[in-house]
Amino acid sequence: MAAKAVKGKSKALDRREVVRMLLASRGELLVIAGLGAPAWDATDAGDNPLNFPLWGGMGGAAAIGLGLALAQPDRRVLVLTGDGELLMGMGSLATIGVQRPRNLAVVVLDNERYGETGMQVSHTAFGVDFAAVAKACKFVSATRVTTIEQVSQLRADLHDAEGPFLAQVKVAPDKLPLVLPPRDGAHLKDRFREALLGKDAYFQR
Amino acid sequence: MKPHWSQGVYRLFRQQGIRQVSFVPDAGHTALIGLCEADRELHAVRLTTEEEGIALAVGAWLGGDKSVLLMQSSGVGNCINMASMLSACRVPLAMIVTMRGDWAEFNPWQVPMGQAANSVLEEMGVLVTRADREEDILPLAEGALRIAYNTLRPAALLIGQRLLGAKTFDN
Repeated sequence: MAAKAVKGKSKALDRREVVRMLLASRGELLVIAGLGAPAWDATDAGDNPLNFPLWGGMGGAAAIGLGLALAQPDRRVLVLTGDGELLMGMGSLATIGVQRPRNLAVVVLDNERYGETGMQVSHTAFGVDFAAVAKACKFVSATRVTTIEQVSQLRADLHDAEGPFLAQVKVAPDKLPLVLPPRDGAHLKDRFREALLGKDAYFQR
Repeated sequence: MKPHWSQGVYRLFRQQGIRQVSFVPDAGHTALIGLCEADRELHAVRLTTEEEGIALAVGAWLGGDKSVLLMQSSGVGNCINMASMLSACRVPLAMIVTMRGDWAEFNPWQVPMGQAANSVLEEMGVLVTRADREEDILPLAEGALRIAYNTLRPAALLIGQRLLGAKTFDN
């Protein structure tokens, strides 16, 4: 018999409010935003050349964050993604746990749904626990976030807590207006590299 | 005795400024992986599946690092959708693929993906060359790295199983 989806009891957080708080006064924070709603949320908080919003590559957000964190050990890197996206790349948590980049945070906006395809429930609706997976994958810390006070602490942690850490933020399964970033991947990559590396971005050999 | 090809390829990585080398292990890559892991200035990243290596390369390049992905031909299939990012974002990446499922293969389950590896890579926009003689590995690896990073696209070198030696299932 299939397990029943676990009904959430507490009032879930508003994902847009969470992301606006996390990205407030972001300074030099580098952001990878997983495809779908997390990319729209990051754009809603303010389009920024140091955002790399994904339009594809499902399951790749955390590994992109790892490559970036290894390349830029002096910058803080945030992977902002969804439950469906991370489920597809769950092995990358093991890869990150072995590398242990101190500057990497993974924040999962967990609405327990595949939002872009019609709000079908995901594995987390049945109790699959990313925070527990991340701990088992040797992350320095992993937490479940359900209150606005915890979001406020998480925002501070993005800038100074030792990584790799993961936060599973339980958010409401709302269908919100799309706030789309640019779609051209080459442009998104070039503007990110230029903002990070300066003109060397185009003359690297 | 002449040195193993992996030594020249490892030196090539250093000369070309490669900073991250990711891999799912394969017998044919054992020596090269060992050389990369012993180098504290390289990030040698063991993956759980090859598509992670494509994503890692995108992140590495966003941060200014050149990378190389090492895998067996069966891993090519795992990379297909993730490889879309390389052409959609014009991200360079060099891959070195050790072949299974060709010359003298013992395991029938290796043959379909091994035989499809070349065309699957090409279908995804990857430039492919193939070495079947040991003396060709280094120049072809150099060519793959240079065309990848000079022209901002993915390039792969396949290394044939006849050169590597087919896996035996003897005890």
